Amino acid sequence: MLLYLVKHLLRAVAVLLLVSFATFAMMFSNGTGVARAVLGLNASEEQVQAKVAELGLDRPLVVQYWDWLTGAVTGDLGVSFFTGQAVTDALETRVPVTLSLIILTLLLTTVISVVLGVTAALYGGWIDRVLQFIAVLGAAIPPYIVAIGLVFAFAIAVPFYPATGYIPATDGVSAWLWSLTLPVTALLIGSVANAAAQFRGAVMDTLTQDYVRTLRSRGIRQSELLFRHVLRNSAGPGLVVLSLLTLGLIGGALFIETVFALPGVGQLSILAATGGDVPMVMGTVIFVIVLVLIVNILAELLGALLNPKVRIR
Amino acid sequence: MSIDQHGLDPSADGTAALVAEDRPPRSLLRSLLRNPFAIASLAYILLIVVVAILCPWIAPFPPNKTDLSAVNAPPFTGGHLFGADASGRDILSRLMWGSQQTIIACVLVLTVALILGGISGLIAGYYRGRTEAVASFVSDVAQSLPGIVMLIALYSLIGPNIPAAMAIFGVIVAPSFYRLVRSVVVAVRNELYIDAAKVVGLSDARIVGRHVLSAVRAPVIVQSAFVLATAVAILAGVDFLGLGDPSQPSWGRVLSDAFNNIYTNPANVIWPSLVITLMILSFILLGNALRDTLQASFRSATLRPGRRRTLARSAQDERVAGVNDLTPPQDVILAIRGLKIGYPTSNDEVREVVHGVDLDVRKGEIHGLVGESGSGKSQLAFSTLGILPREAVILGGSIFFEGKDLLADPARMRAARGRKIGYVPQEPMSNLDPSFTIGAQLTHGLRAATGLSKSDARTKLLALLARVGIADPERLMRLYPHEISGGMAQRVLICGAVAADPELIVADEPTTALDVTVQAEVLELLRELSRERGLAMVIVTHNLGVVADICDTVSVMKDGRIVERNDVDTLFAAPADPYTRDLLVSSRQVELMEAEDG
Repeated sequence: MLLYLVKHLLRAVAVLLLVSFATFAMMFSNGTGVARAVLGLNASEEQVQAKVAELGLDRPLVVQYWDWLTGAVTGDLGVSFFTGQAVTDALETRVPVTLSLIILTLLLTTVISVVLGVTAALYGGWIDRVLQFIAVLGAAIPPYIVAIGLVFAFAIAVPFYPATGYIPATDGVSAWLWSLTLPVTALLIGSVANAAAQFRGAVMDTLTQDYVRTLRSRGIRQSELLFRHVLRNSAGPGLVVLSLLTLGLIGGALFIETVFALPGVGQLSILAATGGDVPMVMGTVIFVIVLVLIVNILAELLGALLNPKVRIR
Repeated sequence: MSIDQHGLDPSADGTAALVAEDRPPRSLLRSLLRNPFAIASLAYILLIVVVAILCPWIAPFPPNKTDLSAVNAPPFTGGHLFGADASGRDILSRLMWGSQQTIIACVLVLTVALILGGISGLIAGYYRGRTEAVASFVSDVAQSLPGIVMLIALYSLIGPNIPAAMAIFGVIVAPSFYRLVRSVVVAVRNELYIDAAKVVGLSDARIVGRHVLSAVRAPVIVQSAFVLATAVAILAGVDFLGLGDPSQPSWGRVLSDAFNNIYTNPANVIWPSLVITLMILSFILLGNALRDTLQASFRSATLRPGRRRTLARSAQDERVAGVNDLTPPQDVILAIRGLKIGYPTSNDEVREVVHGVDLDVRKGEIHGLVGESGSGKSQLAFSTLGILPREAVILGGSIFFEGKDLLADPARMRAARGRKIGYVPQEPMSNLDPSFTIGAQLTHGLRAATGLSKSDARTKLLALLARVGIADPERLMRLYPHEISGGMAQRVLICGAVAADPELIVADEPTTALDVTVQAEVLELLRELSRERGLAMVIVTHNLGVVADICDTVSVMKDGRIVERNDVDTLFAAPADPYTRDLLVSSRQVELMEAEDG
């Protein structure tokens, strides 16, 4: 079990190094391009060259990366090309916003879609048909359109919720929840539609397993069979669904932050990318990769705990 | 937004690909056209393609022509069918031009993803080894990153360049094709390895190539539809975020312009939202329709609940009317009368697989039910326990247990199941719940059946486990199914079946999955248990050796009917039915062959 964990941690570190280097290489390989983006279109060739030298973009790529990496390990991700603000400081104020959005959505999605998916798998009939219909619809409407629809309905047609803006939890939990209601709902619709259909599939799969039939032949009641054996064995596949869902939410949060003007990491990454603020972009990418890796490791770990084949080794 | 958000089924790759039938494309189109969703989807996609091609001629206005008099013009005024935006540009025209960009992006994404994913999948699946390990690692990593985040990061590299962004997105989604193609190549290669070596003059690669092409076609088409759905969503999303070329009209740009203006002119967001959503929806529905048509394994055959109820009711009416009359001799414990079982086919029809079977088992008798696979013998066994698969329909007949019809009353069936009738399954390893210890699931089952206390159940089970030949029952109770052997697992399952002291055991091929030496031991155990406890048994098997070894009487089943029933000695000495004779002859031949080999 410990070995298993160590193996996955090592793998995660390898992925982190690989992806960060690949991203770094792509963004910093064109040093003059970076400098030109910082200076604007009217800069002269000399100015660009001076900027390249000033930012150290003329050094070999590996040296630049090593510099960045050693900084990153000590918690220094560089400073913004424009404002001079430390990237870590910018992330510090913005990460809570994005995490609030993702974690709240994830919790609600899990509860709602487990209930929906399991019910549909067990009872079939109309509830199953409705779920499948919603799943298609939920997949077809991208999160930004759902968000626009919600703004249209609840902030403009019936001005009930704030259309934009974010209130930190430190200013009051209810205000914080209030400001997140619409954004979370916007993300929730697509993710519930997707996850419920997948949970349904996982439970259906378990229901057709041989051991479920054998347990039923022992005289175990349907409800007991469900809660003790079927759900327990569907948990593994369900966990995979949730970890994939979280990846989807990270992407979705980016759009939602834009629509609702939430000062999160997604919004920061778009601002930085359009402005050519490469260290800042790099910082947001690193945040996303770390988040993805944490999610994957948590999923692996929980999966291992659920699976006796791994757990007791 | 990852691909998986768009309803890609993980099982759609891998083995499902191999079940795909090889159909000529023409009949594919024809069967697609029978699906109304597919027709509507195809029609919408086709419309967008036509508009994309013809927009220079049919768009009412140039895409970027501003008209101050038309600022925020409402729909249907001044020649602006969908109205005009905050700069006075015609929304319909801009959407028409935007479809050009959408179609180009779709082609680009699909081409890049197919070429990259297809070729790497072919190479990895063909050479395997280290190449495959590296490719799969890269593919896993790429799939775990949210594509849109990567696109935004690369914006600083490529700038507002939508074709480049879409080509990169093609790279990002390539792993989904890689996985598909790789698994098909691996499977085809394993299958063809020996045959291919025999074929003179044709290289391995050519054979694999040809077979892969036909095997991979269907799943790739299905996957493409889902990838295109994602591509449309991402493309519009990137433009919506303002990362596209501002001089280029696009669906996402129209949406973002309308959204920025939502307080003044809220209705404008409707058009682009509708156009984008319908395009994604069309690709998803088309993908679903293709999957249903191409991959038979996905076609779920279900009956309308109403029809199922009607069928069940008519069977129950017959029971109440006493059609299946039972005038049993005193010692018959199980009597099946006129049992008919059916399964739904794809078009709300029911195909009967068991056609009115009668069967009698006396107290303490071991009865063999013989037949080839698909003859309906397992269906018969499941129905006596009420554990038929959910889609099965009992079309008629009765199952009398100790003189009472179990099918007439679900409560009676529940009371008998596990308590009066025990079940021994075929494949021991897949019939134990992998998440619970042997002790936990045995105790759970016994307590459900008898209501014994936990410690009583445990004591009883420990004694019984020792009886079925387990050396250290205490230790075994703490083990998980994956830690024990198949033979042990079968003993555990037999123990579970007899623990509640039933009157009848239904065993479905109890020795088929076991080693030859273990087979004899398990049969001996079943015989002893039957003798000790006066247990009646129904043993389903395709092996006449098992019948000769253990059974008192035997029924031969063929195509859902019992063709002959007799006591074992008579049946072996003088088989009446021609099918029984064939069965006997062929099993003797197998025995002879085995004797020669050994």
